[in-house]
Amino acid sequence: MARLLEHINVPGIETFDVYRKHGGYKSVEKALKTMTPDEVTEEVKKSGLRGRGGAGFPAGMKWSFLDRKSDKPRYLVCNADESEPGTFKDRYLMEKIPHVLIEGMITSSYALGAKTSYIYVRGEYMYIIRILEKAIQEAHANGFLGKNILGTDYSLELYVQPGGGAYICGEETALLESLEGKRGNPRLKPPFPAVAGLYASPTVVNNVETISAVCSIVNESGDEYAKIGIGKSTGTKLISASGHINKPGVYEIDLGLPVEEFIYSDKYCGGIWKGRKLKAVVAGGSSVPILPADLILKTAKGEPRLMSYESLSDGGFATGTMLGSGGFIVMDETACIVRNLWTFTRFYHHESCGQCSPCREGTGWMEKVLHRIEHGHGHMEDIDLLVDVAKKIEGNTICPLGDAAAWPVASAIRHFREEFEYHVRYPEKVKN
Amino acid sequence: MSEQKINQVQFSAETMELVQRIIKRYPEGKQKSALLPVLHLAQAEFDGWLSAPVMDYVASILSIKPIEVYEVASFYSMYNLEPVGKCLIEVCQTGPCWLRGSDDIVDHLEKKLNIKVGETTADGMFTLKTVECLGSCGTAPMLQCGSDYYENLTTEKVDTLIEKLR
Ligand SMILES: NC(=O)C1=CN([C@@H]2O[C@H](COP(=O)(O)OP(=O)(O)OC[C@H]3O[C@@H](n4cnc5c(N)ncnc54)[C@H](O)[C@@H]3O)[C@@H](O)[C@H]2O)C=CC1
Ligand SMILES: Cc1cc2nc3c(=O)[nH]c(=O)nc-3n(C[C@H](O)[C@H](O)[C@H](O)COP(=O)(O)O)c2cc1C
Ligand code: SF4
Ligand code: FES
Repeated sequence: MARLLEHINVPGIETFDVYRKHGGYKSVEKALKTMTPDEVTEEVKKSGLRGRGGAGFPAGMKWSFLDRKSDKPRYLVCNADESEPGTFKDRYLMEKIPHVLIEGMITSSYALGAKTSYIYVRGEYMYIIRILEKAIQEAHANGFLGKNILGTDYSLELYVQPGGGAYICGEETALLESLEGKRGNPRLKPPFPAVAGLYASPTVVNNVETISAVCSIVNESGDEYAKIGIGKSTGTKLISASGHINKPGVYEIDLGLPVEEFIYSDKYCGGIWKGRKLKAVVAGGSSVPILPADLILKTAKGEPRLMSYESLSDGGFATGTMLGSGGFIVMDETACIVRNLWTFTRFYHHESCGQCSPCREGTGWMEKVLHRIEHGHGHMEDIDLLVDVAKKIEGNTICPLGDAAAWPVASAIRHFREEFEYHVRYPEKVKN
Repeated sequence: MSEQKINQVQFSAETMELVQRIIKRYPEGKQKSALLPVLHLAQAEFDGWLSAPVMDYVASILSIKPIEVYEVASFYSMYNLEPVGKCLIEVCQTGPCWLRGSDDIVDHLEKKLNIKVGETTADGMFTLKTVECLGSCGTAPMLQCGSDYYENLTTEKVDTLIEKLR
């Protein structure tokens, strides 16, 4: 049941008029004219919607934590920094159907009592920024933004802010620092942004997809939305599918879809390319543990693995993984796990903000050691050294980038140790 | 450009107007929030990189200390602190792109432009860089040149692109 991408193929859907003709901006009308802000928040709570940025924190609960007693202005900041390797769903949504996000921003800002809101977009998405600015202009021209929206006493200004190219600015507190014109160094939490966020004011930070989902929640009611999905994984989810599959792309699925169906059905990934066999999947963006084919298709208990928060994490890190940002990276039987991991570790080393020594130094060590294993200069002890460094980073840092760097290393060695040993044993075969 | 002095650096009237509009997006006294967008404008206007005089100029416009600009400009990967070629070619090399053959694209570009990653061609036309995931993993391999994305690359497509840019 497509919600976000329902009208994606309608010609001209990126324009206000066409979007409006297909039911666009109804949630703004409904919320502003017939609901109080708290009633909107209540619907989001009932929907069970969980943060689509990766952590899966219940959106309605986060909204209700927003400090409404403070006399400071309140802000809604949309996280469109999208930099997790394997993740490109927010870009797709903003490019193809930008008004869903603008509509969601207006309805959500109303619920939160924000008078100024920002969409922070990674700087490399410069052309997306232009698309969003155009959509904002159109919404303004049609009375959906600015002073006294639709003749009500609610007013809102919405701005797009470009980043400067830094993965860490996707971490919400680093994002807020960046939006204040500083380096993207994460802050210690608590206080959470809901209490002290942008300019130390109460702030909600939500992912593009989370905010966009608010439109259908308000239109249909939270209870209706909660009927989609499975258990505590309600609603639809955008999955970015990449790697060795026949049909890479962005798919909107009902949470609870079997992983096997997602990989092999022609409706989605269309199976493994070149008629090859599946070797491994990184299911939720580069930060989550990698799983071998048997464990991604079935849990350790032998049940079919489903695309949901709970099913993907079934078995903990020993035999499970995480839904994360929904960046689904598929590897066929020829893929080198060591090489892929080396690219990930290089990424985290490059992106570490450098505040915490375990992260700053540890990611560098892991990158170097993996480089030498991959290039045929490794030692057997290196494998345990990697596990040891990963352990020392995990849980010992200000923000979860440290964990995000450690988990892929620990899981790759857990499930594919023999491949690392092979690299050490037969350097002539891997040297390049 | 490396010879410029701060009093020679000046935004065009048009850009200056845009800068003033950007500053108004933030509450009174929070004009430092405009730093990242203004640095993008400065880089676009002054030859694709941020020299010390350009950064000092930006500091003066936003009424902040020069060090506040340097520390930001050096933190973010999109700001070039050294001159770059007319066309900055950035090939993504992270996992998902690598799985789809980004190494071949880099090799091909190195041969074709006769430079290594990190170098600029003698005529100052092309600078070749590798970068980390640009959110285009479903259309990998890819490269970015200016603000444009070139996706689903093959060596033939790269050849066509280079000819077009030349
Ligand atoms: N989409 C992408 O490109 C990327 C996504 N991620 C994801 O980010 C996740 C980690 O994100 P974090 O924000 O560090 O997780 P977190 O668990 O600390 O927070 C999640 C959200 O809930 C809020 N929250 C949690 N407890 C709260 C409380 N008591 N009061 C008020 N608000 C509260 C936080 O402010 C935040 O907005 C990872 O799981 C990873 O999957 C990581 C990298 C990139
Ligand atoms: C290193 C790091 C990078 C992150 N990058 C992003 C990102 O690009 N986009 C995003 O929405 N959330 C990202 N997050 C998660 C945010 O901190 C935050 O949880 C999220 O924006 C909250 O929105 P949500 O509740 O709607 O998911 C990142 C977290 C970490 C630790
Ligand atoms: S864990 Fe890494 S990225 Fe996060 S604050 Fe520490 S050094 Fe910076
Ligand atoms: S890995 Fe290259 S764009 Fe994502």
